[in-house]
Amino acid sequence: MQVDWTIYSTFIGAALVMLLPRESKTLIRWVSLLTGVISLWIGLTAYFEYNTWIHAGNAGFWHIKDLAWIPSLGAKYHLAVDGINLPLIILNGFVCVTGVLFSWNIEERVKEFFAFYLTLIAGVYGVFMAMDIFLLFVFYELAIIPKYFIIAMWGSTRKEYGAMKLVLYSFLGSALVFVGVLALVYGAGGKTFDILELAKNPLSPDLQRWIFPLLFVGFAVLAGMWPFHTWAPTGHVAAPTAASMLLAGVVMKLGSYACLRAGMLVCPAGFEEWKWWVAWIAVIGIVYGAAVALVQKDFKFIIGYSSVSHMGFVILGLATLNLRGMSGAILQMFSHGIIASLLFAVVGRMVYDRTHTRQLDELGGLRKVMPFAFWTFVIGGAASMGLPGFSGFVAEINILIGAFAMSPWLALGAGLSIAITAAYILNALHKVFFAEEEHAGSGGHGHGHGGTGESRWHLPPITLPEIIASVILMALLVIIGLYPSIMLDMISANVELFLKGLPQ
Amino acid sequence: MTPVPYCSIFTALTPVLILVIGAFVALTLDIVRLRRSTMTVRNRTLGMVSILALLGAAVALTRQFGLPGPVTLLGQTLVVNHLTSLFNLVIVGLTILTIVISMEGDVGRHVGEYYATLLFGSIGMLLLVSTEELITIFVALELTSICLYILTAFHKGALRSQEAAVKYFMFGAISSAFLLFGLSYVYGITGTTNIREIAAQTTSSTLLSVGLLFTVVGFGFKVAVVPFHLWAPDAYEGAPTPVAAFIATGSKVASFFVLVKLLFIGFAGMQGTAFCYKFSSGWTMLLASTGAASMILGNVVAITQRNIKRLLAYSSIAHAGYVFIGFVAATEFGATSVLFYVIVYALTNLGAFGVLAALANRAGGDDMEHFAGMARRAPFLSVLMLIFFLSLAGIPPLGGFFGKFYLFAAAVQSESTKFGLLWLVILGIAMSAVSLYYYLIVLKHFYIIDGKDKSRIQTPVYLNTALAAVAVAVVLLGLFPEQVLALLKGLVAQL
Repeated sequence: MQVDWTIYSTFIGAALVMLLPRESKTLIRWVSLLTGVISLWIGLTAYFEYNTWIHAGNAGFWHIKDLAWIPSLGAKYHLAVDGINLPLIILNGFVCVTGVLFSWNIEERVKEFFAFYLTLIAGVYGVFMAMDIFLLFVFYELAIIPKYFIIAMWGSTRKEYGAMKLVLYSFLGSALVFVGVLALVYGAGGKTFDILELAKNPLSPDLQRWIFPLLFVGFAVLAGMWPFHTWAPTGHVAAPTAASMLLAGVVMKLGSYACLRAGMLVCPAGFEEWKWWVAWIAVIGIVYGAAVALVQKDFKFIIGYSSVSHMGFVILGLATLNLRGMSGAILQMFSHGIIASLLFAVVGRMVYDRTHTRQLDELGGLRKVMPFAFWTFVIGGAASMGLPGFSGFVAEINILIGAFAMSPWLALGAGLSIAITAAYILNALHKVFFAEEEHAGSGGHGHGHGGTGESRWHLPPITLPEIIASVILMALLVIIGLYPSIMLDMISANVELFLKGLPQ
Repeated sequence: MTPVPYCSIFTALTPVLILVIGAFVALTLDIVRLRRSTMTVRNRTLGMVSILALLGAAVALTRQFGLPGPVTLLGQTLVVNHLTSLFNLVIVGLTILTIVISMEGDVGRHVGEYYATLLFGSIGMLLLVSTEELITIFVALELTSICLYILTAFHKGALRSQEAAVKYFMFGAISSAFLLFGLSYVYGITGTTNIREIAAQTTSSTLLSVGLLFTVVGFGFKVAVVPFHLWAPDAYEGAPTPVAAFIATGSKVASFFVLVKLLFIGFAGMQGTAFCYKFSSGWTMLLASTGAASMILGNVVAITQRNIKRLLAYSSIAHAGYVFIGFVAATEFGATSVLFYVIVYALTNLGAFGVLAALANRAGGDDMEHFAGMARRAPFLSVLMLIFFLSLAGIPPLGGFFGKFYLFAAAVQSESTKFGLLWLVILGIAMSAVSLYYYLIVLKHFYIIDGKDKSRIQTPVYLNTALAAVAVAVVLLGLFPEQVLALLKGLVAQL
């Protein structure tokens, strides 16, 4: 089965969920899980096939579908995969499956939840595979609306505000992209929307100079680039767990991926001109996100701002425009997708759903009550800090090497944030999972009795779906960390092509 | 002397004849047989009669596609070609849907008159689409408008309906005066009332520009663009919902269609420019400025509305602004994009009004609050509302998105060396981002806010089916626009 079936299978899954009676909640969950597993399976099959092909010394695109769609306009239904988007496709599959598992406890309006959820997933698959800029834009906007409903219906803190903010930011970003796409296509004669065709005949540098920022900034809004990041923390915090996982894990990658594919590829000269701006803004974002995370009092806001910081690494890596930096950036997209999903799962599902608070001051001593959550957070946090042996290290070290080649100052700025990251992760770890004695005797906050020797928390145990999902994500972090070539080889082979000029 | 092609004449006129007969049958049937029946029976029976007449007209219209070539009667008074037949079909379809919505709603005590007026109104639209002669344009436009004024007042007991009708009538009468004034100047300068002959006149004079200006103003009232929009919010809010739907869709389609003909054929030589670096007088400049104002005002004011019908009125003002962008492109691409968008927009809006009409009676009103928690009370219609509103906001893969994309693409394409029209496109895109906000607010009431009343609302199956068909059409026009687009493109090229 071709890899484009990831899109169709999730759409079919969403439609199926819509048709099921709303009372049969368990069935709906199982159908969603099965849909996720099928799409992941399709993605993985393609991934390993492509991996073998790469190791045989090849590189380039596999064109999955290239059909005329709207000839009157010049838009095509063109899907293709290569070493750059395949890791993201399987990332989407993993996040989808684990997200369903972490949402197993949703009881209210289950049917609508999973229908919107799977639609969003399908849109994301589409963006990752689209090779026609119109098609990419269609999938990109398709992914906006489900986010609104998922957050506004099932979210928590200031959910309607967070949802609307997120949607309007995304829509404003895509408005910039819209203008950019029209100018790009009709500046080039208006014959085609195909990204590879457009890349073959680039516009004059004068046009690229102002079209590139439109495309890049428009997409970077969704990647959480500073100073357009403010939707990200509020949106992540307001969202229910599975949606935070999707937002930080996958949707932010839509932005950075599209920057690469639909921004840098079609406007190389424009990028060349703006790359120092992009790099420095990325560094500001990295340091700013980490610094703000350090002073947060809300557990989920910490992870939200850390996403802004880590996505800054992705943009910095892309801006370096060298093999190490860009390969690192793409690996970072995958790695951060997994890390963010894992951390949001700990915060949202394991901690918040049980304790009903996310304030660091109110939490504490959870290590004894939920050792599993503790260890999950330790592993996720270690990967987030960039500890060797985890995927975060491989990605960030490559980005830093690439940035160093561009300018040592960039690498210095970005490197600084790694220390801050360690500080806020350890701080959160301490306050949430240790720090029990500070609360002992204070009477708790209506949660416990504060007696000595026994924990003040009486929480439901971690469920099996949560354990399975966490183990999958943790395993991925370790596998990529110990054996990075399983992903890095195909990425670098294609980045090399990209840098040489046109990938074919 | 060439033989008179009676057969073709008959084919060209049958649809209108069938509708006239249908209207009289509805009237007589109501007086003669149904006076003593209950309201529901009268409403359903007469609705069915009208639908039958419209279906007959639709069959007659499809037969027009078999004609060997364009049929011209009485010196361009009536020109029937494939494009006009297609748009007549669209109007007949919209009228059928309006009637389907009406059959469930409250149309007052004068049921026969209601359906007859509706049919007469649609006859006016059919004639408007298929004429290329100024006087007939005016007469057809008046036929349509007068029917719509009457229909607006059909809630005889409701003060609001009366107020809306008077307001609508006053504005409409003034706009007709403007239009007639403009057309008289055009006739005075060119000496002809035939659109194609006007185009052939090469004399350009200030008076002709005045004529053009007043003609555009007159149409500006009809399609409700800023600053001629003031009647729309009141008329939409006060009129019975099916009538508001008819005003917002059928009459808009016909008016935009005839405006395309008038400007792209009749005033082809007077388009002027509206580029950001060069404004020169002509109709593109007029349409660019009114269109820009409409997009801004319509979208911004819509944000503050609480009544959904009023909100849709402001949104329709904004949408008229988007459509004007396609006009400003002043190319065949532009004309195609306008026609495509008008079809999509009419379907979407009719669907939205249809859902409102179906639910408003049982929800207790048409303010947003009345629809709180509707997703649980009427899940099916709520999904349809989701589709229609997202299409209005321009979210893919729905028709509204593609229509908008095509309009904007036409404007960018028409001057792509220095991107002279990009300013208008940027404005349009920015404003559609604004519009997403208020469309989402409405959907928020449907889906997210919980209402007090939680009882299920049952709606008749035929109504659900009809609205679902519209929704499917909206989705298909977004997913596979090529068929319709290629058809329109070919037909516009022959215009």
